[in-house]
Amino acid sequence: MSAHGQAIGPPATSRRLKDLAFRLVMLSCLGLALLLLAVLIADVAVDGIGHISIDFLTSDPSSQADQAGIQPALLGTVYLMAVCLLFIVPVGVATAVYLEEYADGSRWWNRLIEINIQNLAAVPSTVYGILGLAFLVRGAISLGQVVLAGGLTLGLLVLPVVIIAGREAIRAVPPSIREGSMALGATQWQTIWRQVLPASVPGIATGVILALARAIGETAPLIVVGAATFITFSPTGLDSAFSAMPIQVFDWVSGRPSSPSNDFRPLAAAAILVLLALLMTMNAGAIWLRNRYEKKW
Amino acid sequence: MATKQVRKEVVIPQRVAPGVQPGGPEPSRQREAIFRLDDVSVSYGGKAAVREIAFDIGRNEITALIGPSGCGKSTLIRCLNRMNDLIPGARVEGSVLYHGQDLYGKDVDAVEVRKRIGMVFQKPNPFPKSIYDNIAFGPRVLGMKGHMDDIVERALTRAALWDEVKDRLKANAFGMSGGQQQRLCIARCLAVEPDVILMDEPCSALDPISTGKIEDLMLELEQDYSIVIVTHNMQQAARVSDKTAFFTVELDAEQKHRTGRVVEFDDTERIFTNPSDERTEAYVTGKVG
Amino acid sequence: MEAGTAARAASGAPALGAARRRYGEDLIKGLLVLAALVSVLTTTGIVVSLLSETIVFFRDIPLFDYLFGTRWSPLFAPGSFGVLPLVTGTFLITGIALVVAVPLGLGAAIYLSEYAHPRTRKAVKPALELLAGIPTIVFGYFALTFFTPTILRDLLGMQVSIFNALAAGIVMGFMIIPTIASISEDAMTAVPGSLREGAFGLGASRLQVSLRVVLPAALSGVVAAIVLGVSRAIGETMIVLVAAGQVPNLTADARKPVETMTTFIGATAKGDLPTGSTEYKTIFAVGTTLFVITLLMNAVSIRFVRKYRQVYE
Repeated sequence: MSAHGQAIGPPATSRRLKDLAFRLVMLSCLGLALLLLAVLIADVAVDGIGHISIDFLTSDPSSQADQAGIQPALLGTVYLMAVCLLFIVPVGVATAVYLEEYADGSRWWNRLIEINIQNLAAVPSTVYGILGLAFLVRGAISLGQVVLAGGLTLGLLVLPVVIIAGREAIRAVPPSIREGSMALGATQWQTIWRQVLPASVPGIATGVILALARAIGETAPLIVVGAATFITFSPTGLDSAFSAMPIQVFDWVSGRPSSPSNDFRPLAAAAILVLLALLMTMNAGAIWLRNRYEKKW
Repeated sequence: MATKQVRKEVVIPQRVAPGVQPGGPEPSRQREAIFRLDDVSVSYGGKAAVREIAFDIGRNEITALIGPSGCGKSTLIRCLNRMNDLIPGARVEGSVLYHGQDLYGKDVDAVEVRKRIGMVFQKPNPFPKSIYDNIAFGPRVLGMKGHMDDIVERALTRAALWDEVKDRLKANAFGMSGGQQQRLCIARCLAVEPDVILMDEPCSALDPISTGKIEDLMLELEQDYSIVIVTHNMQQAARVSDKTAFFTVELDAEQKHRTGRVVEFDDTERIFTNPSDERTEAYVTGKVG
Repeated sequence: MEAGTAARAASGAPALGAARRRYGEDLIKGLLVLAALVSVLTTTGIVVSLLSETIVFFRDIPLFDYLFGTRWSPLFAPGSFGVLPLVTGTFLITGIALVVAVPLGLGAAIYLSEYAHPRTRKAVKPALELLAGIPTIVFGYFALTFFTPTILRDLLGMQVSIFNALAAGIVMGFMIIPTIASISEDAMTAVPGSLREGAFGLGASRLQVSLRVVLPAALSGVVAAIVLGVSRAIGETMIVLVAAGQVPNLTADARKPVETMTTFIGATAKGDLPTGSTEYKTIFAVGTTLFVITLLMNAVSIRFVRKYRQVYE
């Protein structure tokens, strides 16, 4: 009797165990990563939640832990994000429009621009800080250690995010829309401004929010550019000294010597919670935008 | 229906419609020529897609371009409103005269060309805007004068769409059926008050009922506009058009690639009942696809 | 071919207008080109700023001493400028991070791509994105105030200094997991189902299909993911700055504090550094070293990504 004639039994136990073990190992890899996320958030929350209060949000830093607050840092972050936004939206969208609608992809200089953007996305944030220090704070433009310099440095750092998202959003608009517009007698720019860009706004907006979410948490470039770690005033304008939320956290975690009676670390945790809350809001906004407005062509 | 005709010898295309006789008594078929094409060829990246095209498009007539796929009918119709300009590497040679003027002359504004010579595409392509804004787009960008509501209503009425949408002008155009979308595209084209309407297989993506409506519309529009239509559907060409050009595709002399040509151009009735060329006869009687 | 002069045709239609030179269109195109040049200017700025100071630096410090010296104390007279401790510090921490991130990231990717229910995937992906979006300063805080005292010392009973490379490296590894996991998962889901079906049809188990069919097919994408992860680890500053201390130890002992290229820059470049001083110049020299290493990694990764994209398109 050939082997084919025998009845097919259940899989061998050893095989079953091996399969199950493998699946469990893979699952636990994922689980471990998520566990760390949970522990991290729990740790920060436990450390810091008790210190969040209106006073905390509206006070200035102080050498006394129980009187210190994050107001200058919070406002500094707001100013920085405003400068960053005003920079990345026009420059990023214009670059994306140029590369998708005007640039002839076979020309070497256009390919250079594309490779360039890919490279910039991989440059460490500290190097952007050096760039800001050398040209914006000092050097050719010499703005000084001010909000404008910090905001522009962050803008340069996250610009590739906006360009890449913008290109994808513009590329998703079908050519038939452009053809229909041109066939009616519209010029290229009229077609872009009135058809292509309005249709790409959701994708571009999502990209901008993600860029700002990245910028809001950046610390190293701001350190190099000269954000102050201990200032007791909120920024007075684009040309004033500034602090920022991540800088404040950094100062309280490692800059300020803590003693049991004057412990700044819980304050750092509280500031982190505020920062994370801002981030979650921004990410939720991006997800909402994506789900609500993204067109299925 | 896929076999293509392949011939080695070169055929001289027949130029049948003499065209312009402005003051003369017209047999009903002698109409003034809006377009005169002479020895027109289009190539992409050096490779000729159509060659030696020569015929006339008559005023207030429907001219159909028929033939198997891949023989350059769409390429040719896109020459008539300079849409081929948008394709890098496309070259148009020969003479395309529009009302006696060289369409490709150095000083001719392509944007103005497209205002006068409108186009409806194979797959309806309404803009992702409201019905109203779809129609209003052309007049707005061209700076046309006039009360926009009236312009929109006039265009939709002429496209036989007004009654169906007059209560929902602000609704998104994507909510309409395929046939309605295509009539919207026709209305959009009419809103800029063109002289000629080019239609590139306008019904191939539509169901038979919508197709019928659009064919009826074409016959109405013919009174005010000159229409050129590319169609795969021979019966459609026979139903609506006054003149027909039959395209075929040939291997060029060195057997390198395929080029489209016009084999025969004549009154539609003649093409379908008594064609002069045996290739035309083979195609219209369904012997080849 | 008739010339295109404005001839009144017999039908009375006006001739087509002459082409208006549309200055508006040209102006707009010019502005757009300028915007695109911003990115080119950025790279130029980076290269110029780094190189100009670095060249000045190497007039005083011999290149050999810099590249191969083993002592780094540039801020104290007379100053030693051997960058090796910084480089080894960077690679020590990067190595530890990879030991954590590669297995966990690949495992998570395999689970998500080959085993997980679509609903699980939809729930898990945002969590991974959240992990990826947390600012690095937060990871630094966590490494210093929780990981070192609670996990390393209390739970595992290790003898580590309060600032140590191990905590920074491990936490950084977790930070990189989403990068490796999401790119690897994309590469794996791009493997056509027909390949899997072929293997299943022969009687292979899911374990065998994942490891012997999918992983090899997605290999170049996986490698690209890992290289990208390495790139991020090398360029990371804050986790190390907070949790690993500032001592440029040339060591493989992860229980000691270390200094990396990035943390040296971050710690030294306080805004009031005098231009042209020795500290100022060392920042640029180290910055150039960092930039060159990152560029090389990026070039390698791009080539791999291009290779994997070609296979299925």
